[in-house]
Amino acid sequence: MYQDYNTTDTIVALATPPGVGAIGVIRLSGPEATTICNNIFTKKDLSQVKSHTAHFGRIRDEAGKVLDEVLVTVFVAPRSYTRENTVEISCHGSDFILQQVIELCIRQGARLARAGEFTLRAFLNGQMDLSQAEAVADLIASRSASEHSLAMQQMRGGFSDEIALLRQELLNFASLIELELDFSEEDVEFADRTELIKLVNKIQTIIQKLLDSFQLGNAIKQGVNTVIAGRPNAGKSTLLNALLNEERAIVSDIAGTTRDTIEEVLNIQGIPFRLIDTAGIREAQDQIEAIGVEKTMEKIKQSAILVYVFDVIRTPPEEVKSDLKKLQKTDLKILAVANKMDLNPYTKAEHYTGEFLRTEQFVPVSAINQMNVPFLKEKLYKLVVQGELNLESTVVSNSRHYEALQNANGSLQDVLRGFSDGISSDFIALDIRKALHHLGEITGQVTTEDLLGNIFGRFCIGK
Amino acid sequence: MFPTYDVIVVGAGHAGCEAAVAAANLGSKVMLVTMNMQTIAQMSCNPAMGGVAKGQIVREVDALGGYSGIVTDHSMVQFRMLNLSKGPAMWSPRAQSDRMQFARKWRNMLEAHPNIDFWQEMVTGIVVKDGRAVGVRTGMGIEIPTKAVVLTNGTFLNGLIHIGDKQFGGGRAGEKASKGITEQLIELGFKSGRMKTGTPPRIDGRSLDWDKMELQAGDENPSKFSYTDTPVVENQLPCHIAYTNQQVHDVLKTGFDRSPMFNGRIRGLGPRYCPSIEDKIDRFAQRDRHQLFVEPEGRDTCEIYVNGFSSSLPEDVQFKALRLIPGFENAKMFRPGYAIEYDFFPPTQLRLSLETRLVNNLFFAGQINGTTGYEEAACQGLMAGINAHLKINEEAPFVLKRSEAYIGVLIDDLVNKGTEEPYRMFTSRAEYRILLRQDNADLRLTPLAQKLGMQLDERMERVDKKQAAAKEIEDYFRQNSITPEDAKELLENKKSAPLKQKVKLHSVLLRPHLYIQDIRQIAPGLDEMLKKYPKEFIDLAEINMKYAGYIKKEEELVDKMNRLEKLHLKEDFDYNKLVSLSAEAREKLTEIKPVTIGQASRISGVSPADISVLLVHMGR
Repeated sequence: MYQDYNTTDTIVALATPPGVGAIGVIRLSGPEATTICNNIFTKKDLSQVKSHTAHFGRIRDEAGKVLDEVLVTVFVAPRSYTRENTVEISCHGSDFILQQVIELCIRQGARLARAGEFTLRAFLNGQMDLSQAEAVADLIASRSASEHSLAMQQMRGGFSDEIALLRQELLNFASLIELELDFSEEDVEFADRTELIKLVNKIQTIIQKLLDSFQLGNAIKQGVNTVIAGRPNAGKSTLLNALLNEERAIVSDIAGTTRDTIEEVLNIQGIPFRLIDTAGIREAQDQIEAIGVEKTMEKIKQSAILVYVFDVIRTPPEEVKSDLKKLQKTDLKILAVANKMDLNPYTKAEHYTGEFLRTEQFVPVSAINQMNVPFLKEKLYKLVVQGELNLESTVVSNSRHYEALQNANGSLQDVLRGFSDGISSDFIALDIRKALHHLGEITGQVTTEDLLGNIFGRFCIGK
Repeated sequence: MFPTYDVIVVGAGHAGCEAAVAAANLGSKVMLVTMNMQTIAQMSCNPAMGGVAKGQIVREVDALGGYSGIVTDHSMVQFRMLNLSKGPAMWSPRAQSDRMQFARKWRNMLEAHPNIDFWQEMVTGIVVKDGRAVGVRTGMGIEIPTKAVVLTNGTFLNGLIHIGDKQFGGGRAGEKASKGITEQLIELGFKSGRMKTGTPPRIDGRSLDWDKMELQAGDENPSKFSYTDTPVVENQLPCHIAYTNQQVHDVLKTGFDRSPMFNGRIRGLGPRYCPSIEDKIDRFAQRDRHQLFVEPEGRDTCEIYVNGFSSSLPEDVQFKALRLIPGFENAKMFRPGYAIEYDFFPPTQLRLSLETRLVNNLFFAGQINGTTGYEEAACQGLMAGINAHLKINEEAPFVLKRSEAYIGVLIDDLVNKGTEEPYRMFTSRAEYRILLRQDNADLRLTPLAQKLGMQLDERMERVDKKQAAAKEIEDYFRQNSITPEDAKELLENKKSAPLKQKVKLHSVLLRPHLYIQDIRQIAPGLDEMLKKYPKEFIDLAEINMKYAGYIKKEEELVDKMNRLEKLHLKEDFDYNKLVSLSAEAREKLTEIKPVTIGQASRISGVSPADISVLLVHMGR
């Protein structure tokens, strides 16, 4: 897939997402980047300016026609993202203008960059290791503050560092074992088995922590699917609107107004929740509604959180309990939202709690008055982030890393089993080597072709 | 005076002898040139073959048709299988040999070969024409014409012996050094370096008090090295273990100011894992004693080798210190230990066939490549001999993979990584150790050598028998069951859970701490069935069954790595074009010219990022 990649010419691409925005940034990278830009830029000689400086001016085409007024930022090799000469042209964000400028650059000798080519160059020029390159891909695709922070942290090498440390400890472990294998005839001290087992346990604990953080990392990256369900007219759509603070769902007093599921993304302190509004659950009155109910159950199956909404006036506790019983699913986290609390402020949690609902899952609100909605948000957040969400602590967000950690964990498990079965250390050494190999996959110490394809295939053009 | 030989081998140590017979057995006319015919196949250091990782190599050499295993079997005075308490990959055969018998047997076997001629003289240069080795020049000025040359000079190239303050030229105690070759090779553009090794004093066994030492006897049921029909050692001689003490160390320290090791006179780098006694005391000051193996040099000599007491301290200091070792109070020395410095040529100048890159049809093997050890030398000699023969017959080189043999690991390491200190094989150097066992060297390698034309019919026949037997035994274990009653006592003894119902023997064997030797005592009919097979065949069946999971895991790793081995690089590829490679990687890749991406990944100085760059540029 990288056939005939020339990595020594100058490439150009739009660095901001396509579509009309306030500005659009075009990036040039390669030995001729400054020269090409200089040819089309008037007011200043860019070949004479210092690195990391911005310059206001005009872009003119070959005929001298002004295409746009722009701000040009110059980065001189190797002090740039790609370690090559790089120029960023901030234009006005019209697709037409941007297209014109890019075409002009190409006529001046640049080549349109392929997907991921800027990062590929950064990687090839030794700017980052594999896991950092992957983090860049995440950064580009990041949608929220937490996700951004996570990607930034990986890019700075935090994750690789922690793995590298683990790997080093394991390597020391392996050397001890090798020592007693190769020098058994000599008067060497033998590796202390209990110490070794302790070390494996310690490494496993850390790997487990990283593995657990995958769920969180994934939540940050992918969003948490959250279904809002309940009986017709319980106020699901009103609640959705209250959460989003916008009129999105069609709200009316007629039960059964929401027939399709509606998806919205709610960002609570950096965690994206994908809110899925559903049609009400009840015996369907007509064909369309029957499909709606089916869809609701389908959505619940794909979700991590269920927000069950009920009307404190209309729905008696027994019916709430029976609904909750029906909707129960392993791994499904449930909040029961007692809506329309303003109409009956004396509603008590204990009327509803029992086998399928604990007190802390009970959330009284009045969606229409925005009453207690922040509390519900808090509850939602806490379902995902147990304890403190410390984004400085290492979070695994990449499924390739997750797999490698899992494999490493599996190999370490084999190490422990080997010890308990009294298997001799030459075999145990094999499992240790496997674990080392898997950890190396993360930091790029082991490289396989599919790994590269996987990483660079994911970049969108411009980065 | 001489015809044009196919292959001239210079040097008749372990590497030279194996090189000569390998080429000769493939049909080449071989000339073996040595400075002294009386010292063919000398064991210059300790009178032993094998050991951990080294024993595996001797088995591999034998499996490929080399003679080291056969010679060892014929000259053995003691056999031990090391590491039996560990897994089968670690089992390592080791033998004490009768030094004189060893050399005699080698000479007999060489002389018995119609394709081998001899000439006793110092070789002072190679005749090179059009970038190709076409002959050797001797001290008398004779030129012997040939199609290929194998250099196996050992420690003789500008050898310099050190004992305390004294130093004198020599390739071995009492033998001249070899001059001229290094100088010529440097002129041809080769890089050279200096290495150092050492040997302990030899002692008069009649002067030792054996009762004060620990006895170390040979195995009760000794095995052997060769897969052919060689004799098993009888009337084994014991070795002994003695220990140094603080007093010994104190005396040795009095000589440190006169030690060539410490006063900077020796510049060559010695092996870290085979340190001299002064080095051990210096580096491990906290240890109050060091272990010594007191080994017999042969059946009809009283000469004793003190393994672990290698030294280049002044002879009087060696002597005084020795006498403070329990058992050595009245020791008489035959000769002191010494250190020797010699020239070597960094092996990164070689192809994987051991042919030099600079001069075609010139091959290097043994210590000239920076290795240490008889076994390491022997296997390189064998491979150089084979490849010299293949080269002059315009056939593809014979290269063993890292997953096929320790020999493959050794040569791959040498060529790709080079070596700073004398290179010795360890099992940990082999990433596929579980596959590279001493018990299956024949299964791994004999078919390959047979295909080359080594004429190993006897070994091949045994390979087939062994494989068939292992399968028969395995089938038996999978088809026959054992009852809870029959297994009860054994399982109790082994602290293994009792059987609830009849199970296949196979599943009992898979339990921890249970082996065929236990199960054959209790399973009706099994012992009878196994009696018709030699132990080695039963061992193979057991390993195949009991460790199947680990073997499979390792085979999967091999498959994974082999994908990179299958990605070929062009030899004339211009790495300087790839500016994204690190400068060091460009330099190393240009120098070593790896054949595959896999090989490139093992070159020191080539990082995983560099490999990614190569992959990207290859269009992967």
